[in-house]
Amino acid sequence: MDRAATAEKIAQQIEPFNKKGVAITEETSFAGDLEWDSLTVMDFVAAIEDEFDIIISMNQQAEIETYGQLIDAVTKLQG
Amino acid sequence: MNDMTPNAIAKTDLFSRFDPLIQQRQSLLDTGVTDPFSLVMEKVLSPTTAICSGRETILLGTYNYMGMTFDPDVIAAGKRALDEFGAGTTGSRVLNGTYAGHRAVEDALKEFYAMDHAMVFSTGYQANLGIISTIAGKGDYIVLDIDSHASIWDGCKMGDAEVVPFKHNDIEAMEKRLKRIPAGAGKLVILEGVYSMLGDIAPLREMIRVAKENGAMVLVDEAHSLGFIGPNGRGVAEDQGVLDEVDFVIGTFSKSVGTVGGFCVSNHPKFEILRLVCRPYVFTASLPPSVVATAATSIRKLMHAGEKRAHLWENSRTLHKALRDLGFPLGTSEPQSAIIAVIMPDLERGAMMWEALLREGLYVNLARPPATPAGMTLLRCSLCAEHTAEQVQVIIGMFERAGRAMGII
Repeated sequence: MDRAATAEKIAQQIEPFNKKGVAITEETSFAGDLEWDSLTVMDFVAAIEDEFDIIISMNQQAEIETYGQLIDAVTKLQG
Repeated sequence: MNDMTPNAIAKTDLFSRFDPLIQQRQSLLDTGVTDPFSLVMEKVLSPTTAICSGRETILLGTYNYMGMTFDPDVIAAGKRALDEFGAGTTGSRVLNGTYAGHRAVEDALKEFYAMDHAMVFSTGYQANLGIISTIAGKGDYIVLDIDSHASIWDGCKMGDAEVVPFKHNDIEAMEKRLKRIPAGAGKLVILEGVYSMLGDIAPLREMIRVAKENGAMVLVDEAHSLGFIGPNGRGVAEDQGVLDEVDFVIGTFSKSVGTVGGFCVSNHPKFEILRLVCRPYVFTASLPPSVVATAATSIRKLMHAGEKRAHLWENSRTLHKALRDLGFPLGTSEPQSAIIAVIMPDLERGAMMWEALLREGLYVNLARPPATPAGMTLLRCSLCAEHTAEQVQVIIGMFERAGRAMGII
């Protein structure tokens, strides 16, 4: 799946988690802008993992701060 | 010359990262509540009673499940070891720090679990830190429950493996993650018998079956079940008939055993090599002789403690039912261990209830995020086999009065 198609699917997945209705761009930060707690992060990561049938280990999550970085990582992880 | 005198260099106070916690703590204390995290026990009278702030207090938050801290045989063994071997070993287990007593406590553990190998650490925290960081290395995957104890998380952080958490006790979520791990990678599944915050147990039989089907090794932390759960007190894995499927059992001496220290028992044929490569085992002083002597004596007595186990279950059932009937929201719908977690609406009211109980003469643990799951504030009660049936009734009365006074029930 290419980056654009991946981004579209992630956009669908993030919607139920974006309770504050933040306008999401490539630069949106999960901790800073979305202010997610660790449980929300876990549930969202699990949703992304299940959607794409991948593992995003905590080691990899530590490198993902923004929405754009997540799209890059998921695109790459699909191989 | 430039004007970069020392005074002109901007200094960053590394402690500024603690400001939110300092503020939270201050605003809690500003309400006038007693600081729940600086209680001093002035005198300890028994496994179940102590003097706190000058008054006799029933202890209901000590993890002293089997009440071994004042067992006469245990105390005698400790005193004898202190006389014969001195106050401390001043050395690592692999150098000058292995005395006869360290071997003796490892032998006691091997007998207790009917396993081939036992390795004793200076604390339970170090046992998890050492075993996990050593056996799972670069390119391996650790799959673990999201509600795992801090020592498990720190063991993961110290090692080089990829760390993959799954939702608490969710067998399907664990299985999905195991199946996605790249072929050829080493896999370690980490579970706990009893999760200490809510006092719930894991469905180990199913989870271990799934882990094994997917080629993973299994480590189970039985810190809160040792001595109490299972026909021989070996823990939840024994109780569910799957202990022989567990590759590594982690446990502690600081709960049912009644002293301090940690251990790992295993049947792995190459287990002994860990003594040379496990850094939290090598680079620290071994336990004092008196501690290993008390631990060995206590573990041997716990092999024959069926009646105490039955009484502790009775205490747990009685308190759980009474608190539920009073209307307190609890961590589990049925008693699953010797831990009963009473869920508080928020930290402030939790601290007020904690203080009201202390004024009644009852000590429980106040637990709050991040130690607790889902941001909960808990009053965590851990029962002891030495609590009498009468003490449990007194405890119930204290909860009722404090709960009504604080508007919790």
